[in-house]
Amino acid sequence: MSVLAAPPAKAESARIETLRMLLHSKTFVVGVVIVGFWIFCAVFGERVAPHDPLAQSLDILQAPGSRHFFGTDTLGRDVFSRVLTGAHDVLLVAPLATLVGIVGGTVVGLTSGYLGGLADDVISRIVDAVLSIPVVIIAVTVLVALGSSTLTLVVVIGIVFTPIVSRTVRAATLAERRMDYVQAARLGRERAPYIMFREILPNVMGPVIVEATVRLGYAIFTVAGLTFLGFGVQPPSPDWAVQITEHYTLLSDTAHSGYYWTVVFPGAAIASLVIGVNLIADGLQHAFDQ
Amino acid sequence: MPPLIRFFLRRLGLGLITLFLLSITVFAIAHLLPGDVGRAVLGPFSDQQSVDILNHKLGVDRPLATQYLDWISGFVKGDMGDSLQYQVPVWGLLQPSLVNSLKLAAVAFLLVVPAGILGGVFAALRSGRAADRIITVGGLSFTAIPEFVSAIALIIVFGVLLGWFPVTAASPDGASPGTQLQHLILPGLALVMVLFGYVARMSRAGTITALDADYTRTAYLKGLSTATVIRRHVLRNALLPTIAVIATQTGGLLGSLLVIEKLFNYNGLGQRIYTAAQFKDFTMLQSGVLLVGIGYLVTTLVADILYLLLNPRIRYGEAE
Repeated sequence: MSVLAAPPAKAESARIETLRMLLHSKTFVVGVVIVGFWIFCAVFGERVAPHDPLAQSLDILQAPGSRHFFGTDTLGRDVFSRVLTGAHDVLLVAPLATLVGIVGGTVVGLTSGYLGGLADDVISRIVDAVLSIPVVIIAVTVLVALGSSTLTLVVVIGIVFTPIVSRTVRAATLAERRMDYVQAARLGRERAPYIMFREILPNVMGPVIVEATVRLGYAIFTVAGLTFLGFGVQPPSPDWAVQITEHYTLLSDTAHSGYYWTVVFPGAAIASLVIGVNLIADGLQHAFDQ
Repeated sequence: MPPLIRFFLRRLGLGLITLFLLSITVFAIAHLLPGDVGRAVLGPFSDQQSVDILNHKLGVDRPLATQYLDWISGFVKGDMGDSLQYQVPVWGLLQPSLVNSLKLAAVAFLLVVPAGILGGVFAALRSGRAADRIITVGGLSFTAIPEFVSAIALIIVFGVLLGWFPVTAASPDGASPGTQLQHLILPGLALVMVLFGYVARMSRAGTITALDADYTRTAYLKGLSTATVIRRHVLRNALLPTIAVIATQTGGLLGSLLVIEKLFNYNGLGQRIYTAAQFKDFTMLQSGVLLVGIGYLVTTLVADILYLLLNPRIRYGEAE
């Protein structure tokens, strides 16, 4: 244990202070409400929805009305019920992928930043190389090779996020490395892993938490994009991006106003979820900056 | 050696190392594809002998290191082998797609750079007021929304409701540049929505710093009008961070191309990579992805150099 570490009581009160600030932040609270609503729908959506989201009927492509609030799709399924239940898969894959990326990136970033020298140079070069291919392109390539399933999606997105997270963690670690408590721990002959994970990690937790929320936003973005391309969540899931992939070609049918309801409502749902997550990230960022 | 040239050579060297690692990564990913290429091309019903013959003809039965060297030395000379799906040279297919993607990217950049810079400067001048909040919060929200969602909003408003622009990006063969441009406006705008927030935020930050600087106060005290001060002193400084952010967003832009090209049914590099991945056409896939990586590295290098040329402080100070 470093003699210069903050006493626990002080850390506790700082945590309460941060929490108090978060609850006063309008962006954070609005974000929590939006995301909370979709989490509720992901868990209980099937019970709340007026129709079975997978049930097909002969009333195809009905415009929104009193029977079907958001209309029906090409298979006569109720769009309102599908939107309510559509958060399920993306809210399973995206947080898990974020977790993989955050854990991987933290380990790589801490190691690279703390060790410095040759190890840092080599890791940084590899990180640069991976970062120079767009995330979606790497993900598509690997998903084709391994086949798409919930597990591969989580692992692929997690691995692709690792170098991005590691950059942030490395930068934070470099700043901490010069602090007295790290020098003290080194002089006290603590082992490198102990210093990295028990001494430095708690002090870079702020940036890590902010990065995790920002990454969660991007994970939802990426899962949606991959699903749109056909490599993510698979039909007949009522996933929002699946709904859009299945119906966007109808938009060119301008005579029927492009059957806009089949894509507008799932689109608005994705947008609200992503914005909700970003509002939370914004609130956290401000709280940790203070 | 002058610091500028030394900086350039250093960046170029690092870029080449990155490119080498990238090519290995791409090759490794492409070879993760189910091993038997001949089987993938000929289908499950052909006999083992013809599969073996094809594998031998394609050279995929050789050691991986040989295949890598063969590919990379060919790539440098512009010979990327034959597409497994179409049985014609890869470059012949990639080249027109690359041109198409560059056209789309050019339209997007020509729209987003002035719009982003002006938006950022405007927000900075109204800092803290409603217009500022709308531009910064609105812009950043759009960067977070998946590009196909905002693109669909654009299609519905401008294509379906107003009928101003065509809803596909592909124009008829031999269409005039004007018609081609008309087809590229909506997909271009979709890319603008992804990028606008980043550019506007950086240009806003640059403008606020410049507005607070001593040289701006001096300019005002000299009796120059607000318009002149902004044009001569503030804009130039707001431009710098904007160039930097454009470089960092190129990777994301290239990824967005994949999605936007599919949505608008446009034959670009993204669409090529997407079909290559679908049909397990790994010769096309590896060269296409490497091309994207090269595009990214070249853009970052050019942006770094532009940044240096426009910013004398860095040129003489930190280039070491």
